[in-house]
Amino acid sequence: MARPSALRHRGFLTGVALVALFALVSLLAPALAPYDPTALAGATTLARPGGAHPLGTDALGRDLLSRVLWAGRVSLAVGLGVELLAAFIGCVIGLLAGYYGGALDALLMRATDVVMAFPSLVLAIGLIAVFERPGLDKVVIVLVALGWTTIARVMRGAVLSLKAREHVQAARALGAGDVKIMVQHLLPNALGPLLVAATIGVGSNMVAEAGLSFLGLGAQSPTLSWGAMLADGQTFLVTAWWVAVFPGLALLLAVLGVNLLGDGLRDLLDPRFRE
Amino acid sequence: MLADLGRPLAGRLLALVPVLFGITLLVFVLNAVALGDPARAAMGQRADPEALERMRREYALDRPLPVQYVTWIGRVLRGDLGQSFREQRPVTEVIFERLPATVRLAVAATVISIVLGVAVGALAAVRPGGALDHVLMGAAVLGISTPVFWLGMMLSLVFAVNLGWLPVSGYGGGDLRYLVLPAFALGALHTGTVARMTRSSLLEVVRQDYMQTARAKGLSEPIVLAKHAFRNALIPIVTVIGIGLADLLVGAPLTETVFAWPGVGRLLVAAVGQRDLPVVMGAVMVFALVYVLGNLAVDLAYLVIDPRTRRGAS
Repeated sequence: MARPSALRHRGFLTGVALVALFALVSLLAPALAPYDPTALAGATTLARPGGAHPLGTDALGRDLLSRVLWAGRVSLAVGLGVELLAAFIGCVIGLLAGYYGGALDALLMRATDVVMAFPSLVLAIGLIAVFERPGLDKVVIVLVALGWTTIARVMRGAVLSLKAREHVQAARALGAGDVKIMVQHLLPNALGPLLVAATIGVGSNMVAEAGLSFLGLGAQSPTLSWGAMLADGQTFLVTAWWVAVFPGLALLLAVLGVNLLGDGLRDLLDPRFRE
Repeated sequence: MLADLGRPLAGRLLALVPVLFGITLLVFVLNAVALGDPARAAMGQRADPEALERMRREYALDRPLPVQYVTWIGRVLRGDLGQSFREQRPVTEVIFERLPATVRLAVAATVISIVLGVAVGALAAVRPGGALDHVLMGAAVLGISTPVFWLGMMLSLVFAVNLGWLPVSGYGGGDLRYLVLPAFALGALHTGTVARMTRSSLLEVVRQDYMQTARAKGLSEPIVLAKHAFRNALIPIVTVIGIGLADLLVGAPLTETVFAWPGVGRLLVAAVGQRDLPVVMGAVMVFALVYVLGNLAVDLAYLVIDPRTRRGAS
């Protein structure tokens, strides 16, 4: 069946547009934000949206638009940064398990099973408890420690199907070392499914960071985070709806974009899901 | 039919052993790392040295870690998860008190997501590629992407704060009106997943040759749909219900926090804030056990629905 065109895949295009917008706005936040996101002075507290403050102000009189824009940088950085580290660990584990097989494979895959046997956010909360006090850096450590499992499974599966192929056999016959085979012949051929898994992973990282920060177990003031802003929103839900609505809307659009991009990539790259 | 379930069932149960060992080991290690000196952590800085010594002996804290683990697992198997630092009562007591509220919420959310998800998925499958299909599947993606705690707040804002139809939060002593919003919030994510899976599963099944065969045999259309289409479409749907269990457990701490719902999830969050580590580790372990056993139940459902899985059981 013909490869579907990326330019005709509506979900994929919407995802690309939302992610591009999210990235652009995050990068340009210093230029776009009308106020200093932490400045308290001079503004009315809990001002309604409109006028000088298009999205209103929070309980301390800080401009909500500026805070939403700046917090996007944190979400993007955590989502991407965690996924890069986790994907690296996952690739190494998946390559080792799939390539060497045997006892090493059994050990690594049982470890993967165990990490996956916990509902992810619940184990993340438990891991946060190990640290004396919470913070965004701990969130990154915890999410990396839990985020490598899917990538490891995808990588291992790809290695198992690739390692019997001719070009890998030929490389081995020509005397290529194990590391060279893994890096030059196995990894590049698994990039499609890895990219799909990593994209979905970025979305889950962003949701997990926001969730942990919302629970007070992530970013602490003055670090900006949509999740932490939503915790404020919860406090003032009855009196000031805008504090809860706008950071959540930003988070939703960003995560929706990443998820649509991931779904689209899967349709385009993964032959099993091609209709 | 039930006779040939025995062997695959034993296989599934056996496969659980390393996972359960891993779960307990991980929780034990986390606890050891977090506490440093568990006896001092439990009894405080100004504890009586003799009492400390007694506790260390009792919990084998003066012995090497493997011995401590075996002692600890022995206690866990007898249902002893230690004492809550804060409440000075057994952790199991604290957790079991909160369990009914969480189960109530999870069951309600599951029912909502299955009923709503199957309905939406089936409607979308009626004319794939049509306008209704696009709208419903768009809504499903939206449901999957909306963070559960924000959705909870928005539902609360609209239906409680603005319209005043339902209470903003709380348990209301079991009053059903208090259950509606948290259950919809928690069930939304999963509703989207079920809807998508139902749609693709139905579309897949109606294309199969055996559907033609069944019609060719002269079976009436309702029988073809009920016996052949639905039973086969059920397999992926059961998988998704299993995946949904993870969503429910992940969403529980967040949903319960938004709605001040007195469940295990909120207990866990509060315990982290208070650094009540025995409760934290106890709750984490209970969540993991529920998840693992839930997945086992899904596996067993497979064995019943799909005879093919009975052969290849590992």
